[in-house]
Amino acid sequence: MTPPLIKPKPRNPVRALRRPTLPPPARSRAALRLTAAAAEGRFELQHCCDCGTVQYPPRSACVTCLSTHLEWRETDGVGELIADTVLHHSNELYYRERVPLRLGMVRLAAGPSLLAHVHGDCGSAPTPVRLRAHLDKSGQAVLMALPSQDTTNMADDPMLREMTSDPKFRKVLVTDGKSAVGQAIARAMIDAGAEIVWAGVAEPWKQAGGLDALAKLPQIEQVTLDVTDEKSVRDLAGVIGGKVDILINTAEFHRAHGVADRGTETAHAEMEMNYLGLLRLAQAFGPAMQARAAEGSVPATAWVNLLSIYALSALPSHGTFSASKAAAFALSQNLRAEMRHAGIRVVNVFPGPIDDEWNQLLPPPKLAPAALAGAIVKALREGVEDVYPGDVAQDIVRRFRESAKVLERELWDQ
Amino acid sequence: MSGGETLRDLAGALAAGGVRVVDLSQTLSPRFPQIVLPPEFDQCAPFRMAEISRYDERGPAWYWNNLSFGEHTGTHFDAPIHWITGRDLPNNATDTLPTASFVAPACVIDCAAESARDADFLLTADHLRAWEGRHGKIPPRAWVLMRSDWSKRTDPVAYQNFDETGQHTPGPDARAVRFLVEERDVLGFGTETIGTDAGQAAHFRPPYPCHTVMHGAGRCGLQCLANLDLLPPTGSVVIAAPLKILRGSGSPVRALALVSE
Amino acid sequence: MSRASYDGVVIAAPVTIPYVRYSTRDAHWFLGRALAALVKRAGVKKDQLDGLCVSSFTLFPDTAVGLTQHFGLSPRWLDHIPMGGASGVVALRRAARAVQAGDADIVACIAGDTNHVDSFRANLANFSRFARDAVYPFGAGGPNASFALLTSYYMRQYGIAREDFGKLCVAQRDNARAFPPALLRKTLTLDDYLNARPIADPLRLFDCVMPCAGAEGFLVMAEERARRLDLPFARILGTIERHNAFPDDPIQIRGGWALDRDDLYAQAGVGARDIGFAQLYDDYPVINVMQLEDLGFCEKGAAADFVRRNSFTVGGTLPLNTSGGQLSVGQAGAAGGYLGLTEAVRQLTGQTLGASVENARHGLVSGFGMINYDRGLCSGAAVLGRA
Repeated sequence: MTPPLIKPKPRNPVRALRRPTLPPPARSRAALRLTAAAAEGRFELQHCCDCGTVQYPPRSACVTCLSTHLEWRETDGVGELIADTVLHHSNELYYRERVPLRLGMVRLAAGPSLLAHVHGDCGSAPTPVRLRAHLDKSGQAVLMALPSQDTTNMADDPMLREMTSDPKFRKVLVTDGKSAVGQAIARAMIDAGAEIVWAGVAEPWKQAGGLDALAKLPQIEQVTLDVTDEKSVRDLAGVIGGKVDILINTAEFHRAHGVADRGTETAHAEMEMNYLGLLRLAQAFGPAMQARAAEGSVPATAWVNLLSIYALSALPSHGTFSASKAAAFALSQNLRAEMRHAGIRVVNVFPGPIDDEWNQLLPPPKLAPAALAGAIVKALREGVEDVYPGDVAQDIVRRFRESAKVLERELWDQ
Repeated sequence: MSGGETLRDLAGALAAGGVRVVDLSQTLSPRFPQIVLPPEFDQCAPFRMAEISRYDERGPAWYWNNLSFGEHTGTHFDAPIHWITGRDLPNNATDTLPTASFVAPACVIDCAAESARDADFLLTADHLRAWEGRHGKIPPRAWVLMRSDWSKRTDPVAYQNFDETGQHTPGPDARAVRFLVEERDVLGFGTETIGTDAGQAAHFRPPYPCHTVMHGAGRCGLQCLANLDLLPPTGSVVIAAPLKILRGSGSPVRALALVSE
Repeated sequence: MSRASYDGVVIAAPVTIPYVRYSTRDAHWFLGRALAALVKRAGVKKDQLDGLCVSSFTLFPDTAVGLTQHFGLSPRWLDHIPMGGASGVVALRRAARAVQAGDADIVACIAGDTNHVDSFRANLANFSRFARDAVYPFGAGGPNASFALLTSYYMRQYGIAREDFGKLCVAQRDNARAFPPALLRKTLTLDDYLNARPIADPLRLFDCVMPCAGAEGFLVMAEERARRLDLPFARILGTIERHNAFPDDPIQIRGGWALDRDDLYAQAGVGARDIGFAQLYDDYPVINVMQLEDLGFCEKGAAADFVRRNSFTVGGTLPLNTSGGQLSVGQAGAAGGYLGLTEAVRQLTGQTLGASVENARHGLVSGFGMINYDRGLCSGAAVLGRA
């Protein structure tokens, strides 16, 4: 029975901060496909197109028939734990700090046997289990065997917590807590058990509906934050930066503007907030978050970027906005490469049109702010790093992967 | 007295006391509010500072910043070319306005009490005549500055004073503006608020009468002034020179007033 | 096509370069010393070694090739065997055929490794593609986790207990006490074994070998050559080798020997009951047990009973790892795959460094190794005979 996570006591400031260590990150190119699938919450293995054999560990040619037509497909994690052990010793610093830990061999119904972490609530071998792929602290896929049915406090298993970013007991910064999306996310974080949600407000003299109701929640703390102002970002980081566990960057400037219009000021405003705003936040908040990524039982854990599905392929009617989101996307990959040293998960969210004033003229389906917020909470809980919430986002990413050029043409008619 | 003697006396008074320099400008900082238009229009850039280096690896022995702002950010000067009604007038931009416009006497109309009672207070021609009854006729080519003590509202929310019906700040009505232009030949109008027009001026006839009529007559504006409460009703000389921007519509200024002790 | 015999080819000159726990020297140093010891022992000149076979984990970036120039050799036959604990038996097989075919006269087979303070972790990081992708990320710390799983499965499947494994370890430690090069010679009781520090359940400290630095070597040559050099030798009666045996077993419960042992004993003209001592590859006690079953000393799954009914010290009913095995001598990397061979030759030529098995005419040497992912892929065995 997994004991429930208890609210951590304040850190003893006299003791040294535990520095982040990481599990072994090296993987072959073929094995990185496991990571690519786990990044989106899927468990995939290679299936031979010629003889059907499911392969593990990842191979370059089929173990049965030598075919090189091996296709990565989502695979059922149903299996049996056929042997298990408790590791009391490891040569790896990261694991040395985390023993004792359970490992086991899982024989999948699909065929192969996989070495995996074993959740504390799984029985001893032999016992049925579900296998899932998760990104570990190095950002690479590892396997975890879970009990066949969900158990109480299942999410609080220490190894599973290493690979997820549950908002429970965390301190969260929502950089724009005033917009409809920001407010929905703030509420969703509180409902998910966050201890504090700092709601960033850039222009306090500009009113917005809903802020008063939000301000009444005891976990909410309104803070001044303008991501276009370097000093504003640094000042806030100076005050709360050392406490932020999850940073959710919702600050966004969005107009329906493109090359057919006149002037660069709209594009400039979009870049200033959507791209350079991210850069300012990363420089000001990144280092402190990284330093605290291994602190206690509820460390700093995730950085969430609200991007747009049109970061992948521009929506011409919102051309400059798409460009600014594409710039932010590229920068977020830079951020992810930086944050990997500390094991902070950078989560990119690529919604389609949100049901707000800036997407008024776009046809449905549009994503409600509450639905977007729910998708973000889910991604944090599941340890997923690339999120495509809503029907439009799912549709576009599918088309993008089939052919980016065909998608480009299809977006002409949007 | 010759011009040379006047200047010598002035220099002496500035050094020895007798003439004080009063700062009429707000500090240019990222926090200072700027004008907000409806979202379908492009906006005036807020004041932003980006540090280039601060005695660090980006520049070991020096500190400096790059700035970005709009022509109408902070305490600033409006040139006639800023408004459509002034667009074709000669010498109407910051680089072509006669420099004499940048040093001028000021008449300060105290509307502080009225503005405190009513954020939408409008300065009328009657008010101006009553003021003249106490302080004398407004001379030609003078600044007329509307003191509202609005600059003492250091909270940006109170300064902007928005609600669902828009902005609520004091300013002149259309008749007052026409009086100042047609009957008093003023240099321009200045306020402590974010616009020379009142917050609700979009609904006036004509809309934005101060901009429309003043600039249409080749006159200028000063906005976001401070410390007007330190000026006498008459007798001060205001120095407010916009940057010499090519075809500039305005610029932030260090507005100053020479005041006798 | 039936397997050719090894008549006329012999194994001689067993050398051991003393083991140390940690060394600042490199693998080249230990291998060089082994080569020098072989030259001296055989009373030949270095350039008479016209065949060379090398095994090492810490020789990178060199292989056997680099060593030819490093040690000033110009062999006409060269091999590098990266098979871990099976390297000795496989080197013997390769060298013997080379000598039989006339491709080489005297083949030096050497295995050695250094052990720096962090050698063990540095080696693990790049052991194999599958280990890197599917084992190492779990903190499994080398083969410990894989063999913990295997041991746990074996115990559950076949009812063998820790006390049975312990009995083997205690016997081997007994054997080591008389063997001067052994690094672990302190008496080990069953109690010590059962209550030692847990490593990975159910494995504890004395289930695991101690990595160290050192080297082993031997020569393979024609029988007449050995006689002319006045070198004591042992005969090669039969050998087998198999890789990736039984790949469909969900967990490794048998090694390649189970497939090929009949062939081994047919070649050798003896059966398991004729074996006077067994040098089994003992990276973990469960592998000892697997070899006892797969090499025909008892039926599959009957090892518990066999262990309980027999004794394994040098004077026992089946002398096992008569110098102490890796579990007591230490594992000097790839040299662990040779130590059974050198000890077997010493026993069969009456030149033991420790205790001798009386009247042993036939000795069995078994090798195993290379945990590529979840099981040891390489296996081999040889039956040697007294001259």
